[in-house]
Amino acid sequence: MTGNMIMNYSLLILFLPLAAFLIQIFIGKRLPRQGDWVAIGAVVTTLILAIAMFTSMLIGHEPHFAQEASFTWLDMGAFHIELGFLVDNITITMLLVVALISTMTHIFSIKYLEGDIRYSRYYAYLGLFTFSMNGIVLANNLISMYMFWELVGVSSYLLIGHWFEKESAADAAKKAFLTNRVGDIGFFIGIMLIFSTLGTFVFSEIFNGIAAGKMGGSILTFAGVGLFLGAMGKSSQFPLHIWLPDAMEGPTPVSALMHAATMVAAGVYLCVRLFPLFTPDALLVIAYVGGFTALFAATIAITQNDIKKVLAYSTVSQLGYMILAVGSGAYIAGFFHLVTHAMFKACLFYGSGSVIHAMHHALHKKHDHDTDPQDMQNMGGFKDKMPITYWAMLISTLAISGVPLFSGFLSKDAILAGTLSFASHHPGHFLLPVFGFGAAAITAFYMFRLIFMTFHGKSKMAELVDDIHESPKEMTFPLILLSSLSIFIFYTLPYFNPFSDHGWFMELIVASDAAVPGNPSAHHIAEGIHHAHYTAMALSLVVAALGIFLSWTFYFKKKLSADEWAEKFKPMYNLSSNKYFFDENYNKFLYKPFLKLSALVAHIDWDLYDKYFINGFGRVGKIISFFTGRMDYDGLDQTIVDGIGRSARQAGGVLKFLQTGRLQTYMLFALLGVVVIVLIQSF
Amino acid sequence: MDSLNTYLFIASILFSLGLFGVITRRNGVAVLMGIELILNAANLNFLAFAKFGGMNISGHIFALFVIIMAAAEAAVALAIIINIYNNFKTINVDDVQELRQ
Repeated sequence: MTGNMIMNYSLLILFLPLAAFLIQIFIGKRLPRQGDWVAIGAVVTTLILAIAMFTSMLIGHEPHFAQEASFTWLDMGAFHIELGFLVDNITITMLLVVALISTMTHIFSIKYLEGDIRYSRYYAYLGLFTFSMNGIVLANNLISMYMFWELVGVSSYLLIGHWFEKESAADAAKKAFLTNRVGDIGFFIGIMLIFSTLGTFVFSEIFNGIAAGKMGGSILTFAGVGLFLGAMGKSSQFPLHIWLPDAMEGPTPVSALMHAATMVAAGVYLCVRLFPLFTPDALLVIAYVGGFTALFAATIAITQNDIKKVLAYSTVSQLGYMILAVGSGAYIAGFFHLVTHAMFKACLFYGSGSVIHAMHHALHKKHDHDTDPQDMQNMGGFKDKMPITYWAMLISTLAISGVPLFSGFLSKDAILAGTLSFASHHPGHFLLPVFGFGAAAITAFYMFRLIFMTFHGKSKMAELVDDIHESPKEMTFPLILLSSLSIFIFYTLPYFNPFSDHGWFMELIVASDAAVPGNPSAHHIAEGIHHAHYTAMALSLVVAALGIFLSWTFYFKKKLSADEWAEKFKPMYNLSSNKYFFDENYNKFLYKPFLKLSALVAHIDWDLYDKYFINGFGRVGKIISFFTGRMDYDGLDQTIVDGIGRSARQAGGVLKFLQTGRLQTYMLFALLGVVVIVLIQSF
Repeated sequence: MDSLNTYLFIASILFSLGLFGVITRRNGVAVLMGIELILNAANLNFLAFAKFGGMNISGHIFALFVIIMAAAEAAVALAIIINIYNNFKTINVDDVQELRQ
């Protein structure tokens, strides 16, 4: 495939979902089937195009392939902005992931949202979401990335708030939007710092400028941390993670799309794209934020009973992993995890959607509208009733827990090796691998807890189980496809070693060197990862096995009672199940004082400033105008303006007698005039 | 006696008589006659200058033009007077003062 074709394909992939969005939003409702075939057709086409590009990438086998195209957006003398697209192997892989997950979401939603009142609008927003994410993936500069970044924010707002009649959904949408805004301010500051120093938004020019030493030191660290703040918001890193669990209020397929491919992936993708510009200090910040988030979110996921909340915190934790990988230099491993995670996390969400769908219908049949269909405590024993969902979710769970033969093992292992190697070079930062391995153990634990609670054992509501049925094939198809893609072989081809991540991915997607002088080279980092590979693998196997074993004893064999243990560690249990009281504390220490401050400012503004200062101006103005009015009307108008008229009138009254109408009088005047002129002339 | 001043003197008397007639006469036709006198005073001046002042043939031609113009003027003016008479049943210019304020 030529470079030109690649560009055309990429642009088609970018704009097809936008076209679908426009069609859907304007005439979607009037089309047959509310136009879902338009949206699905568009994304399936993008998927075909993405597969074509991906295949040509595999065949071409060019690790350093890169194609750039740009156009002038603004040209104002010295102020010159170029926008453009960059297509390299990372882009192609990411486009495929987005197209795949987006297609699956579109297909899954046919049944999941059947009969929804805003069915066509839902598909329109899905198209907008896909378009925005593709824009981020294809951007070759910060400014268009920022635009698409905000578009992603808007479309996530629209989709989370799809059922806005529910107050919680409307609130969640607002929360997601506003929390993202906090991160985006940092992102914007970062962009502006870079632009004001280097005068460009284009990635390659930025990297060249930094490599040439035009920007560095603390200002670059600040810029890097600012950009990372944007990623923190989108990828829901601590302490901006609060929006993501609430975002579960949106329809489940949206959660899958958002958590696997579009929204949260954007932050990690940004870090991967911009990796060369992060200074060591900025990378440390990134690593610690990521590592801490990974462990912290995992500890919350243990005690959640809402099936989607568990998955939400698991997403936060896994994103922490990816960010940790970027921070410790193994950013390709982070990207690898982004791709593998997209598959199994989307599958898990579709699985949970399938379970909720089944629960919903079973409850509906019983005319029970009070029981929460998402609560795992009401589930159990679904294994035989929904075999496809069960096996798909089990495979994804094995993948996310890091069990060999599945994709998650490879990518997680690469990340853990990266952190180990980082810690071996910087022994002071031994906490980073501890975060990583700790989170790995807990992940295995809570994911199997989810499986055991949902599909094994006995339901509390035994009468419900009879009405649980496998979901229709529109919903099981994505499950089957994505769970298959969680098997290691799709990432290691053409090799078949399940214990090594060596394959097309690592061959084609190569790390580029850091632009910041003094940062370790890509080769150096790769060496370190290779060195730590076996230690990391052994350790990760041990922690995963430990997690699964504990989960098995607690929730499958029930040899240990989870309730008793929760009682024993009551304070910790409470912390975890209440999500460390983050929302409460934010409410208490952030929102409330902020509201108070706003009230105070409003008081100053309205009651003091406005009432006395602004209104004072008005009052003084009124007095002044009274006097000027008098002056103008009585003085000027009555005397001068009217006076001129009056005097003209009086003069006319006198002079009119000159008009006698007699010819001879006029003649006499003319003669007098001549005499006067002659007299004047003669003197 | 045959000098420029004599001619000019006679012309000025003629002019003054004409002017006097224009201003004092009430009859419209008499006013017209005064105007003719003024025109002829001017003609006399032209001819005097043609003879003594070096105006030569130009003076004669001017005089001829003035005579022609006077004829035309008399025709137009008499037409006006006839119209005035038709409208007012008088040719006394003092009685025609519609334009008075």
